[in-house]
Amino acid sequence: MPAPSHFPSFFLFPFSLPMFPDWQPSATLEVLRLRANLLAGIRQYFAQNDVLEVETPLLGQAGVTDPHLQAFTTVYHQPGRSTGLTLYLQTSPEYAMKRLLAAGCGSIYQITKAFRNEESGRLHNPEFTLLEWYRTGFGIPELIADVEALINGLFTAFPPLQSCEIHDYQSLFQYHSGVDPLTASLADMQQCARQWGLPDAGSVCGNSMNNWLDYLFSERIQPCLGQGRLSFVQGYPASLPSLARTRSGDARIVERVEVFLAGMELGNGYHELTDAVEQRIRFEAAQCERNRLGLMQPPLDERLLAALDYGLPDCAGMAIGVDRLLMARLGLATIDETLCFPVARA
Amino acid sequence: MASYSTSDFKGGLKVMIDNEPCSIIENEFVKPGKGQAFNRVKLRFLRTGRVLERTFKSGETLEAADVVDMEMQYLYNDGEVWHFMQSESFEQYGADANAVGDTKKWLKEQDLCMVTLFNNVPIAVSPPNFVELTITETDPGVRGDTSGGGGKPATLETGAVVRVPLFIQTGEVIKVDTRNGEYVSRVK
Repeated sequence: MPAPSHFPSFFLFPFSLPMFPDWQPSATLEVLRLRANLLAGIRQYFAQNDVLEVETPLLGQAGVTDPHLQAFTTVYHQPGRSTGLTLYLQTSPEYAMKRLLAAGCGSIYQITKAFRNEESGRLHNPEFTLLEWYRTGFGIPELIADVEALINGLFTAFPPLQSCEIHDYQSLFQYHSGVDPLTASLADMQQCARQWGLPDAGSVCGNSMNNWLDYLFSERIQPCLGQGRLSFVQGYPASLPSLARTRSGDARIVERVEVFLAGMELGNGYHELTDAVEQRIRFEAAQCERNRLGLMQPPLDERLLAALDYGLPDCAGMAIGVDRLLMARLGLATIDETLCFPVARA
Repeated sequence: MASYSTSDFKGGLKVMIDNEPCSIIENEFVKPGKGQAFNRVKLRFLRTGRVLERTFKSGETLEAADVVDMEMQYLYNDGEVWHFMQSESFEQYGADANAVGDTKKWLKEQDLCMVTLFNNVPIAVSPPNFVELTITETDPGVRGDTSGGGGKPATLETGAVVRVPLFIQTGEVIKVDTRNGEYVSRVK
């Protein structure tokens, strides 16, 4: 029976307010309006550039093998089946979008939720909004120009960013640390950490050169990036995990670009690896690493490998954290201020 | 003793670092998109007040520090040790000069203080935010001055020296904010 209309609802649920004082959104309504404008602006940009909007599954039968990404899993019970099928909430739509590219759909984009377990903090929510797109025929320089054009067309009511800066990973790292990231030894890294006053570097990074590169970069280089402009860093060491193609003429480097704004990592892009054999080798190496770390090993995405085998067109792709873009452009301190209900109040 | 993992770290949590009790000020989760996660943690050493930034691998643990803050009444100083009493249990604790530190200049018998105990031993004492103390010595005031622009130094019964308005006289009781050491008002 419906409650009489003159009867205030809190009489029906007298405890709802005191028990859940955080029922309200953590973003202001003004920020939620700007978020809606941002999404509309992104769609307008890609529509004008003839990039097709697509939607791919959030639940997949294969998961990510990157040792530093942990997928949420759930179990799918098909009607009448006694055993369930493990499904993985997608950490990014990359694999599915590449299958669409191999199927010949041309340039595509999507705005989707991505899910990453064990990630929560000032810049992380385990469920977040990702803008991911692929441009056929593009390399890294065209991709950089595309990112800048997209972001400059958004937030037009705000002071514009200065024109972007583009760094080469190797020379940027060397400029800040004096160490060549491609040839440095662990001892060089330790020496650099001592100079920078990072006493915990050894226990955090161990013997993994990749950990050292990421840690030193995050602690002392990244904070200098994206000050009033987009900073692009390109040409990453091949040892860091990626799905980027190797630079022709230098196998130590991959065609990967990262974009930073306000000291934050905003996005990651590749001139995509199209070689199925090479991709399988990288997946298997990542699985070995997961095994060594005692992490769950999801089944390899054989459908992606089959698509690569069939033929991925030459393309470049980029993924940008929409929540962080909003944070950076509005000057917000936490991702929670961009989300209506972050995980703590979801 | 229990231990805490980086995901439990939050402001106010008491943990052991280098065998010293610390209070966590803030904890930031950092993760490069394709890299290992770690936590950037700001801590305060409870004994010295020194603030330090440390990083921990995500999932690393720290031992909990057996630290409690307890309201206690200040009883007396025997020359070496400042004695405090917990008002409900009547249990008494002795704090040495290191633990009392600068707070000693505000300590008046019977005032309530916050005493930080580590393994049941006082390591820090915070005075009440406001104390009322008698002036034992100050220059004679200027008659007619009520605003106190500039002021003058006054020594209090506990030994602290604060700036007071010119009209305040020796023997008067004043209220002082211990957080900045400033005169607040005259107590009638």
